[in-house]
Amino acid sequence: MPELSKKDRMKIPRQPMPEQDGVVRSGNFKEVNLGFTEELAKMEALRCLQCPKPVCIDGCPVEVKIKDFIHLVAEGDFLGAASKIKEDNMLPAVCGRVCPQEEQCEAKCVVGVKGESVAIGRLERFVADYEREHLGLKTPELKPKTGKKVAIIGSGPSGLSCAGDLIQSGHDVTVFEALHELGGVLVYGIPEFRLPKDIVKAEIDSLKSLGVDFQTNAVIGFTDTIDELMQNGYDAVFIAVGAGLPYFLNIEGENLNGVYSSNEFLTRVNLMKAYKFPEFDTPVFNVKDKTVAVFGGGNTAMDAVRTSKRLGAKNAYIIYRRSDAELPARKEEIHHAKQEGIEFLLLANPNKFIGDKDGWLTGVELIKMELGEPDASGRRKPVPIKDSNYVLNIDMAVIAIGNGSNPIIQQTTPDINFNKWGNILVDEESMATSKKGVFAGGDIVTGGATVILAMGAGRKAAKAINEYLTQN
Amino acid sequence: MYKIVNAEFLAENIKRFVIEAPKIAAKRKAGQFVIIRLNDGGERIPLTIADSETANGTITIIVQGIGKTTKELNSLNTGDFILDVVGPLGKASHIEKFGTAVSIGGGVGTAIAYPTAVALKQAGNHTISIIGGRTRELVILENELKQVCDEVYPTTDDGSYGFHGFVTQKLKQLIDNGTRIDFVLAIGPIPMMKAVAETTRPYGIKTVVSLNPVMVDGTGMCGGCRATVDNKTVFVCVDGPEFDAHLVDFATLERRNRTYKESEQEALHEHLCHFDKAFEQGLKLNN
Ligand SMILES: Cc1cc2nc3c(=O)[nH]c(=O)nc-3n(C[C@H](O)[C@H](O)[C@H](O)COP(=O)(O)OP(=O)(O)OC[C@H]3O[C@@H](n4cnc5c(N)ncnc54)[C@H](O)[C@@H]3O)c2cc1C
Ligand SMILES: Cc1cc2nc3c(=O)[nH]c(=O)nc-3n(C[C@H](O)[C@H](O)[C@H](O)COP(=O)(O)OP(=O)(O)OC[C@H]3O[C@@H](n4cnc5c(N)ncnc54)[C@H](O)[C@@H]3O)c2cc1C
Ligand code: SF4
Ligand code: SF4
Ligand code: FES
Repeated sequence: MPELSKKDRMKIPRQPMPEQDGVVRSGNFKEVNLGFTEELAKMEALRCLQCPKPVCIDGCPVEVKIKDFIHLVAEGDFLGAASKIKEDNMLPAVCGRVCPQEEQCEAKCVVGVKGESVAIGRLERFVADYEREHLGLKTPELKPKTGKKVAIIGSGPSGLSCAGDLIQSGHDVTVFEALHELGGVLVYGIPEFRLPKDIVKAEIDSLKSLGVDFQTNAVIGFTDTIDELMQNGYDAVFIAVGAGLPYFLNIEGENLNGVYSSNEFLTRVNLMKAYKFPEFDTPVFNVKDKTVAVFGGGNTAMDAVRTSKRLGAKNAYIIYRRSDAELPARKEEIHHAKQEGIEFLLLANPNKFIGDKDGWLTGVELIKMELGEPDASGRRKPVPIKDSNYVLNIDMAVIAIGNGSNPIIQQTTPDINFNKWGNILVDEESMATSKKGVFAGGDIVTGGATVILAMGAGRKAAKAINEYLTQN
Repeated sequence: MYKIVNAEFLAENIKRFVIEAPKIAAKRKAGQFVIIRLNDGGERIPLTIADSETANGTITIIVQGIGKTTKELNSLNTGDFILDVVGPLGKASHIEKFGTAVSIGGGVGTAIAYPTAVALKQAGNHTISIIGGRTRELVILENELKQVCDEVYPTTDDGSYGFHGFVTQKLKQLIDNGTRIDFVLAIGPIPMMKAVAETTRPYGIKTVVSLNPVMVDGTGMCGGCRATVDNKTVFVCVDGPEFDAHLVDFATLERRNRTYKESEQEALHEHLCHFDKAFEQGLKLNN
């Protein structure tokens, strides 16, 4: 590593992420961020002070050895850096792209106290992409076969990372997935322009090459129940079914034609490729030159609104009941959305949807909000301003206000304990449920959270399952 | 890949497929459905499991060709494959000994009602089937139903066969003639189900319909299949597909099913342009 003083390092500005032009990209589905070049990556790595006490690590839910991997990047040992990250994070190409870094690792970075923090996520992404492009995904050593079988339900980040660890421990692993495609939210929710599907596919292919068996079209609860899996020779089960139940606003007019849940809209476009209709068979409301409103302010809402813009919407609104500061989405997504011409109607809440005589959506009645006292979440509670309602003409609406838990597992496995919101109750250390040999993790336990938390839970469970299997 | 072990037309545009799907065959109950996807790029569409044979590991579906996917499916033959078949989905029919149970099928709805009619008979009901079609050729499964039901009444709109008139008129006739009816199941086009609901409502006869909204995943994940029942929103794929006919908001269902009408016609047109002649010919040969 070149000798640079702390002061010199602090002088290097945060390196910009090369990206597709805002206007151009709002007309295509290609990835927005193009990724660092080797030069940019090394320069960014030099900004890291190699702190004796690297506090950045405290901000990462899986404690990636950030300081060490950045050191390797600065030295130009990108493959070494990739191995270093993978000691803790199975999916760096994904997390580097989608982690809310500004709330996690980068929030803690000391360089960020006075200036802009080290771009840990972008470096992580660079390193993972470099490894994939130059080496293919590396196949780790497998332990000798134990003869034990584990069933994993759901192929999202939680299920995939659990599968990766367990196959390496020598167990036979089958992943059951309800849909026809693997990857969970990574394929049906997060759009191509933010997370190219090839990256997810490469991760899944590498698990396949390690011997993980994937069974698509298997809705556990219907196709087989958990009890049946255990009777059929599975010694342990990991439930990673995500938070797949869309919440609606429960207001008048929500069943009008043209009103979607974000899950439906994004599934039609991402999974079923409706943006290529009629080459692909699944249609979606044709928003070309129309006005779209997306309700919510999280990553899902940003994904939906930016997708509608790419499908040709003339006006695309985010409608959110709090203010700019409270938008829960990643800062980068909000920034990108604004660049792409998305309009933000903040401090506004829908009262009802309005339709024409044929039942098609034509508008939404909104009421203006102001921020009052902080609520249980610590955020200031939005309260309606009396008589401030007005009608906004819209042609399509997408409700992106979060997901609850899908009830299928609960209905078909009575001896697992759930909380009143339908989340599975687990022991926090082992991820064990109330049913012997059955573990759970990811969004089904936490409620809708993040990729890295789901992945971390998968690894924690893998460790506990491995212990359980060696004891039993 | 799921192999089609037998395929034959039952009527113009209505085809029966026997498909190898051992796991689904072993588990399915009357009233449940599968979602299929024919090929890469294909749409996911729901189809009721009409029958199954555990020994052979097969399920039967009966399909009416109305749009791109169903027409493409109906061009497949014995020995062909379907890429994805997932199920059994949805809640099984609620079956009990009601007394006298009438199952009413309109068009391909007869196929959807068939498994439940069988189950109603097995539960000890006196079972009556009314099966309607526009014309004689469109009355399906009469022989199959005769083997399980106590009474079977075909009806045709044009009077070319059986009772001349709508299924609801036949139902009304039975009621007026003093037949004590304890339970009605009606499956078919939305206007038909609505008419049955209105026929039985004044008599307070428990009536169930099977709803057919547009679906995507079939697991409760997307909410696209939502319908209004008893003024509440339900997800038909997981809460149904069967609901109390007297509580269903049929107008909303009918309207929501029109969401993709224009797009679907575009897709079908595209499809016919591509596969045009060979495909149409295949249909004729099969008939
Ligand atoms: C649109 C969108 C954008 C997001 N953006 C971000 C982001 O930028 N950054 C971030 O960190 N997080 C983001 N998230 C959240 C993140 O994607 C989730 O927290 C994460 O995917 C949860 O992982 P999981 O493995 O628990 O479940 P999921 O990814 O939901 O996977 C669960 C899988 O289980 C399958 N399944 C469900 N039921 C069954 C069953 N009965 N049998 C078999 N299979 C079943 C499902 O089909 C699915 O494939 C986003 C979420 C959405 C919806
Ligand atoms: C639970 C369930 C069980 C079903 N069982 C059967 C069955 O056993 N046999 C069978 O033939 N069909 C059945 N259907 C209907 C079948 O799923 C649709 O006919 C099919 O999805 C149409 O696809 P398509 O691409 O061929 O036509 P599309 O091109 O999608 O549609 C053609 C026309 O039909 C309308 N339409 C679209 N979807 C539906 C629908 N779900 N119901 C009625 N009209 C629709 C469209 O608006 C359009 O005008 C079932 C539906 C459900 C929900
Ligand atoms: S996994 Fe996420 S939080 Fe952890 S270091 Fe990487 S980008 Fe930061
Ligand atoms: S806190 Fe920031 S500067 Fe310090 S080691 Fe971590 S990334 Fe480097
Ligand atoms: S089809 Fe998606 S929720 Fe029913």
